[in-house]
Amino acid sequence: MKAGIVVFPGTNRERDMAIALRSVTGVAPVMLWHRETSLPDLDLIVLPGGFSYGDYLRCGAMAAHSPLMREVRDFASAGGHILGVCNGFQILTETGILPGALLRNAGLRFLSQDCHLRVEQADSPFTRHWKKGDVFRAPLAHGDGNYVADVATLDRLEGDGRIAFRYAGSGGVVDAGDAILNPNGSQRAIAGILSENGRVCGMMPHPEDLVDPLMGGVDGRPLFEGLMEALVR
Amino acid sequence: MSGAVREVNESLAREFGLTAEEYGRVLSIMGRTPSLTELGVFSVMWSEHCSYKSSRKWLRTLPTTAPWVIHGPGENAGVVDIGQGLAAIFKMESHNHPSFIEPYQGAATGVGGILRDVFTMGARPVANLNALRFGHPLSPRTREIVDGVVRGIGGYGNCVGVPTVGGEVNFHPAYDGNPLVNAMTVGVARQDRIFLSAAAGIGNPVVYVGSKTGRDGIHGATMSSAEFDEHALSKRPTVQVGDPFVEKLLIEACLELMATDAIVAIQDMGAAGLTSSSVEMAGKGGVGIDLDLDAVPQREPGMTAYEMMLSESQERMLMVLKPERTDVARAIFEKWELDFAIIGTLTDTGHIVVRHKGQVEADIPLDPLADQAPVYDRPRAELTAPQPLGEIYDPIGLEESLLRLVGTPDLASRAWIWNQYDSTVGGQTVKRPGGADAAIVRVEDTQLGLALTTDCTPRYCYASPARGGAQAVAEAWRNITATGAQPLAVTDNLNFGNPEKPEIMAQFVAAIEGMGEACRALDFPVVSGNVSLYNETKQPDGNAIAILPTPAIGGLGVLEDVSRSVGLAMPQSGTLLLIGETKGHLGQSIWLREVLGRETGEAPEVDLAAEKRNGDFVRSQILAGNVAACHDVADGGILIAVAEMVMAGSSGCRLDVPESGMRPEAYWFGEDQARYLLAVEGDGAACAEAAGKAGVPVRVLASIGGDSLVLPSGATLSVARLRTENEAFFPKLMARQ
Repeated sequence: MKAGIVVFPGTNRERDMAIALRSVTGVAPVMLWHRETSLPDLDLIVLPGGFSYGDYLRCGAMAAHSPLMREVRDFASAGGHILGVCNGFQILTETGILPGALLRNAGLRFLSQDCHLRVEQADSPFTRHWKKGDVFRAPLAHGDGNYVADVATLDRLEGDGRIAFRYAGSGGVVDAGDAILNPNGSQRAIAGILSENGRVCGMMPHPEDLVDPLMGGVDGRPLFEGLMEALVR
Repeated sequence: MSGAVREVNESLAREFGLTAEEYGRVLSIMGRTPSLTELGVFSVMWSEHCSYKSSRKWLRTLPTTAPWVIHGPGENAGVVDIGQGLAAIFKMESHNHPSFIEPYQGAATGVGGILRDVFTMGARPVANLNALRFGHPLSPRTREIVDGVVRGIGGYGNCVGVPTVGGEVNFHPAYDGNPLVNAMTVGVARQDRIFLSAAAGIGNPVVYVGSKTGRDGIHGATMSSAEFDEHALSKRPTVQVGDPFVEKLLIEACLELMATDAIVAIQDMGAAGLTSSSVEMAGKGGVGIDLDLDAVPQREPGMTAYEMMLSESQERMLMVLKPERTDVARAIFEKWELDFAIIGTLTDTGHIVVRHKGQVEADIPLDPLADQAPVYDRPRAELTAPQPLGEIYDPIGLEESLLRLVGTPDLASRAWIWNQYDSTVGGQTVKRPGGADAAIVRVEDTQLGLALTTDCTPRYCYASPARGGAQAVAEAWRNITATGAQPLAVTDNLNFGNPEKPEIMAQFVAAIEGMGEACRALDFPVVSGNVSLYNETKQPDGNAIAILPTPAIGGLGVLEDVSRSVGLAMPQSGTLLLIGETKGHLGQSIWLREVLGRETGEAPEVDLAAEKRNGDFVRSQILAGNVAACHDVADGGILIAVAEMVMAGSSGCRLDVPESGMRPEAYWFGEDQARYLLAVEGDGAACAEAAGKAGVPVRVLASIGGDSLVLPSGATLSVARLRTENEAFFPKLMARQ
């Protein structure tokens, strides 16, 4: 699997993502500078976490207009696989590749803590190593992760099985109205969604930071293992 | 004062913080009346903040060397050998005064400044820590200051992508008008790629990179060298504004440049900005420097030479480059969209010459500026003994005491704070905040681990500055040891009141003596540090209130195999052993303060031989794989340490009834030093026997299991109940209007 990680000014979790991809796939990903105007031959593009352009204007808004994002958009249109985590998810919504938007956390504070995610859709390259209803742990670290979209969009996401992950308790209970179970206040406790073709996934928590027992667990590994299996040529 | 012509005289010099005698020295060095810019340069270079004029004599007495120390004090940060050709580079620095005036920006720029001190030496920053002291929780501004400082630290650290992995927080009314914000950064570099600040090579270009220069922070260094009065909040214009996004770009650009051979010398523009960086770089290299201020990237038009030389605009660096490499360097900074400007050259004149708009605005000989900087041996008073301990009685019993203590501001869960700091970015955080006595960060692409902690117990330092100084060092050493790591070195951040008061100077000197003694006994040298004096607030009645003496210690240790480190969470089963001698010392204890309402008695004795013996034993047991969890016994004594282990895990324990022959509250809440709790498998007999052989006091304290803490009386406290009490404080404080 050939993976590329896009680096914007202010991106800061590209190294975490590279470590995770390398440790699961055995191959180091390439780093792609945002000003480049063409893409190498890739199976997966990752938009990692961080504060691209300092989160100024709006999280992800300026990164969405970088030269390389034009190529990323074409890559998505051509059926390419893209994973956007945290700031990467914000950028995907800002470019319109994924619907909705990520607002300030409901509690108006930056949140850095472990959360639990319930797998809502196991039939995707990102989730195939889980079963629907599985619960796994992932660190979250963001100030703007409160997912919103209009009701029609939410219903469509729901109806089309495009909600990948929801925030949940460790036992799998979902309650969007509970500030502990749904820490950033996301609508319908949505933590991650898929594109129509299921090949683009945006999510707020960081599976890449939980792939090594030494760092507290391997809950994030199935995502990368699934991708490798799906995308190996 | 922009544009206005000010007459330079003794009165203006006083306004700039120089004494009449110091101004006389300026006149004799210059042989004429200095220009406004020259006076500005002298006043900031000779400020307490930059010159260490009250502290230097005493700082020299601290031990600073060991075979593993690569660079001690004098560089931007301390450098120690951590093996495999790698070095850890670290330092702690205060941003106290700005954090009172403008808590968010004060704390944020404190983080930014200390990051630059570390990456300027070639290290990628891998961890941030902090040591925070706030006023009484009910004091009017405490809530706002806690909120702003925590947001500021998080806002900056999270954005630059350096994990904030540890720290400490205390509350005490002595910090009501003067909170302490001490920020520490740790970085890792290859030993053969360490960059220093001494300029060299006559004719080499002096290059400015980073943000543009604006009018912010002018005279910040002078502001932080004076006590506060009731007009403190009007000093907001002296506080700088940080931009962590630019800092992140600066880190990446500098590290990219450092992978080439372009840099001769580099230093960040911290306190006193362009002045201190250019003066120190040229001074250390024994060369002169010519600066052309017209070339300095400026944020606003019409800035004067005085303003540019004294601006403390953030996220700027000064470098001396090899002339044939400037194009390589320029391309890197342009890639990262940062300003890059050649603003001067090195000369053989031994002077700093500052030109602006065709005029020479300053021309100062560097040697006398450094050599004739004032150094004071300030008078000291006799230290006063603390109030006698007084009668001890227990009005509420063990169970009630425990519940009260776990909820008290100094012991309550810090999760509300940690949860606003990104502690995992970088993917190397092995033990997050609260997971172990010291944070553990793996060194990328190795099995090495760094153990990091910040420690100080100001109430001990107030009662006995010497014991308090020794205790701060010993506790840092102990916290590192309790993870299994080998303690290597410390950075210190010495926060005290006005050194011109003999009683404050006495505290300062005694604390340094105590620290020095502990550092020597524990092979734990000081490799970097910072002094913050004048931490006092003038009251309307004219009296100034000083903070408690607070020599904060940042400790660093190393693990050859990070997978051997242990945390403090109670395991599912086994035996809890107490290591070290319990004498029931209640003087200056948290129990005494919270239950009897007194801050009396001596600080606990620090027996450094016992510290070393007990700690070396504990570390050897951890590294041998015999220990499932370890926690040092500190604030609140044994029972609090047990409760902390229980709350960190999810299993409880049943405490033994001690045959101690002392009052129960003294046994369970006394704060004797050099003690640890070890959770070991089975009945712990093997470990206890090994302790006996090593001459280390040991006893079985509890059998581990269940979901409750069972007191000797049989009273049962569930893990959930303890957590509820422990976690209530911060949310309640912040919800208050």
